[in-house]
Amino acid sequence: MVKEHKNIIEVKGLIKRFDRVKAVDGISFAVGDGELFGFLGPNGAGKTTTVRMLTGVLKSTEGTATIQRHDICSEPLQSRAHIAVVPEEANVYLDLSVWQNIMLMADLYGIPRKQRIRKAEELLDLLGLSDRREHKARTLSKGLRQRLMLCAALVSEPEILFLDEPTSGLDVQSRQMIHKIIRQLNSQGLTIFLTTHNMEEAENLCSRVAIINEGKIVAIDIPDRLRTAIEARQYVEVVFLDKRLSTQEVKSLSSVSSVDMAGNVIRAYTETPGKTATEVACLAKSRDIEIEQLCTRKPSLQEVFLYFTNQDKKAAMQ
Amino acid sequence: MTVYVENTNRWRFQIHGVLVILKKNILLYYLKPPVLIFGVLFPVFFFLAFKMGRPIAAENIVPGMVAMALWFTSSSVGPLITPWERRAKTYERLIVTPVSLQAIIAGDILSGVIFGACLSIVPVILGLILTDAAVRNLPFLVIGVIFGAVNFSSLGVLLAAPPASSPSNIMLLSNLVRLPLLFVSGIFLPIPGMPSWARWIAPISPLSYAGDLIRVGFGQSGYFPLWLSPLVLIIFTAVLMWGAYKFHRRWRAKGL
Repeated sequence: MVKEHKNIIEVKGLIKRFDRVKAVDGISFAVGDGELFGFLGPNGAGKTTTVRMLTGVLKSTEGTATIQRHDICSEPLQSRAHIAVVPEEANVYLDLSVWQNIMLMADLYGIPRKQRIRKAEELLDLLGLSDRREHKARTLSKGLRQRLMLCAALVSEPEILFLDEPTSGLDVQSRQMIHKIIRQLNSQGLTIFLTTHNMEEAENLCSRVAIINEGKIVAIDIPDRLRTAIEARQYVEVVFLDKRLSTQEVKSLSSVSSVDMAGNVIRAYTETPGKTATEVACLAKSRDIEIEQLCTRKPSLQEVFLYFTNQDKKAAMQ
Repeated sequence: MTVYVENTNRWRFQIHGVLVILKKNILLYYLKPPVLIFGVLFPVFFFLAFKMGRPIAAENIVPGMVAMALWFTSSSVGPLITPWERRAKTYERLIVTPVSLQAIIAGDILSGVIFGACLSIVPVILGLILTDAAVRNLPFLVIGVIFGAVNFSSLGVLLAAPPASSPSNIMLLSNLVRLPLLFVSGIFLPIPGMPSWARWIAPISPLSYAGDLIRVGFGQSGYFPLWLSPLVLIIFTAVLMWGAYKFHRRWRAKGL
């Protein structure tokens, strides 16, 4: 069951041209209040350009977008006041302390002194930076700097948080901590616009994803529906105990479109996984072949991504 | 949050933003090596190079030294800030806040003004203590220093607009502009004593007008009419600020 959200971001026909190149080509979508929205795409697909238009760094060539009903072109300051951004390539001020970095961001948003101190202390605790409060940002590791950037972004208590590849290049612990915090913040009602090309991250975190390719949105839905949408990529995986059916035998089944085989594991692609599973089980029984495991699977988000971005057709087909 | 959101367009919020930017710049950039080298060491060595071994009364060169110090110090902070922030990858986070680009630029200009105005007091004090120079017309000296500092700082911020890969490229550009103007603005030689071609160029340099006002402040005779210098400095400053805003807006997303 998907929660119904009031839209907090609305994008209509947004276009960005750099000279003759259309980096973003008429995209339209909406993000609901409290959603954790994933924005996926291969390198150069237009993800960062879109985020930069929404956050006011770049001016769109055509189209409109609103953030909390404030038009990003005609009311840029009001729309920016609702958001906080952690850009992919960004950094903290290395010569300022952890505390000074957070206070600077809060001050730029005009947060009153008492409130920003209370919020900063709360965030330092949450992100495990309390004991490094007076340390210069220069002395922090990449993971700790990323946490500091999150602190600095959240101190203004934004309604929307834009995260551009927030865990890129981080170690497993830092990544898990940031994932945990993202989930926690989202459960508290914060809308998160997550740009990533890490499919696992998108699959684990996002309630809805949009896939952008060559400047156009090619798919947008909840991950589960996207997986179902490419029916032909559903499959039945069979692990045989000893003897196995041949690929020809499995392929001859009426519901199977193609077959992959590796050792004793056969993967039969089908639009009707239930029917195929039954047929494979019957066929194996008739040949007196023992099945160790049999399961139906939907394609992973990675397969969905490859399918829609058409980047590596072969990989997707396999 | 909503309370602050509704205020972002108001001038009071943006002035607060200017002061926050100023505070950040003071904390981060006043003691950066390029600022100290081009803003403090340069004028000191120029002074020594000009004075040593020349039979010039020390009090006569004090106004020129004050103007030169003001020129270098005020215009040395601006060219550093934006290129440094671009390279350090902090610029994008700054421009996505609700503080307007105008406020960011104003904060950068104010940083140069305060740095320049404060450091130019040093040659004034040294001149008064070590030479026979005396302030004869304080209002003109103050107007010269303040108007000059705003103007030179605006020039520095304008020069910071191109999306350079390294701050040193912008410092190079700023010196390409600052050094030639230094020699045609009546700093080392009063304008009437300069060659005719330099006298023709002097009026296009804002340093000529600020230097003239400072000279009058120290009781020397001015080259331009007294009403003209402040007026020209205001016009130059308005043009430089407008240019700084236009170019920073055009190039703000480049090189992020």
